[in-house]
Amino acid sequence: MEWLMVPRWPAIAVGISIGLLECITFLLLDKPIGCSTAFARTSGMIEKALRGDAAAEKPYYRLFPPVIDWEWMFVLGIPFGAFLSAVMAGTFRLEWVPALWVGTFGPGVLPRLLTALAGGFLVGLGARWAGGCTSGHGISGSLQLAVSSWIASAAFFAGGILSAWLLFSLARG
Amino acid sequence: MGKAPLLLPERIRKPFALLLGVLFGFLLQKGGVTRYEVIMGQLLLVDFTVVKVMLSAVLTGMLGIQVLLHLQLVVLHPKHGSLGATAIGGLIFGLGFGLLGYCPGTAAGAVGQGSLDALFGGVAGMLLGTAFYSEIHHRIEPTILRWGSFGAITLPEVLHAARWKVVAAVAALIATVLSALSLLGL
Repeated sequence: MEWLMVPRWPAIAVGISIGLLECITFLLLDKPIGCSTAFARTSGMIEKALRGDAAAEKPYYRLFPPVIDWEWMFVLGIPFGAFLSAVMAGTFRLEWVPALWVGTFGPGVLPRLLTALAGGFLVGLGARWAGGCTSGHGISGSLQLAVSSWIASAAFFAGGILSAWLLFSLARG
Repeated sequence: MGKAPLLLPERIRKPFALLLGVLFGFLLQKGGVTRYEVIMGQLLLVDFTVVKVMLSAVLTGMLGIQVLLHLQLVVLHPKHGSLGATAIGGLIFGLGFGLLGYCPGTAAGAVGQGSLDALFGGVAGMLLGTAFYSEIHHRIEPTILRWGSFGAITLPEVLHAARWKVVAAVAALIATVLSALSLLGL
């Protein structure tokens, strides 16, 4: 069982396993893997808790009701699985600012949090705008050869390469 | 075509999905793609782990689904698309991806490994972003989202080619890219 304790597995082995996981979800749940809808449902649940049932009347929440579905349970499982993996490998640690960020922008927590918050906002907005994220379009849609998903994946990486380059090249001068 | 014949009974779908999510999170963390450094390394084009994980997942899943389709055990669910929705939304996602350094699935995984920026920045920001989208959806749906609409089409339909031929061609392409990355030591 030592292979469960190592910090990293080869990328290809992980990718093949994720591909097999997709076959299982298609076969037994009749659905491709996706992650971003669960975030939309959660924000709907929060809005419903804060503003009452009126929030659930929004047209978007009629399309994606703020309820717990199988995908929500799937996304809930992700942090637990990652926690298991990290703890077993001894790499679990609470960290506010990743090392790469510290090396370029310094150890301040606030700049990293605000950048992540802005990035997260655009990721959430863009994922729902495009109808999927790196899981739903990038992997699940691409493997179905969906035209929308290949275009979305190209746009994800084009935008990501651009903003990562701008962020780091500006900082490094 | 109807439903997938091996679809689990309703009452066990959610617990089963939770278990698959745990597996997915375990795999993402073991692959290193829940790490900010690995995702930014990909977007800065110095570490190709993300591309290797995604392409090998697409290759495996595509071949597996092709076999399961042939056996009539699965039904495809390709998403609708349009330039206004897919390309513009994808670019917005991408710009955020480079700032956040995680995507929705890997941010959830990063939370599990203790990355607090993924929780208080990433997850919080994504919830705000999806909430904002729910406010504007009904305004952009009849306009921007319909611009350049092409529907839920797949590559074999566009190319008017047999599905297995396109699968074989894409598989060969992905295998070539993965080999090239390996040869280049990336």
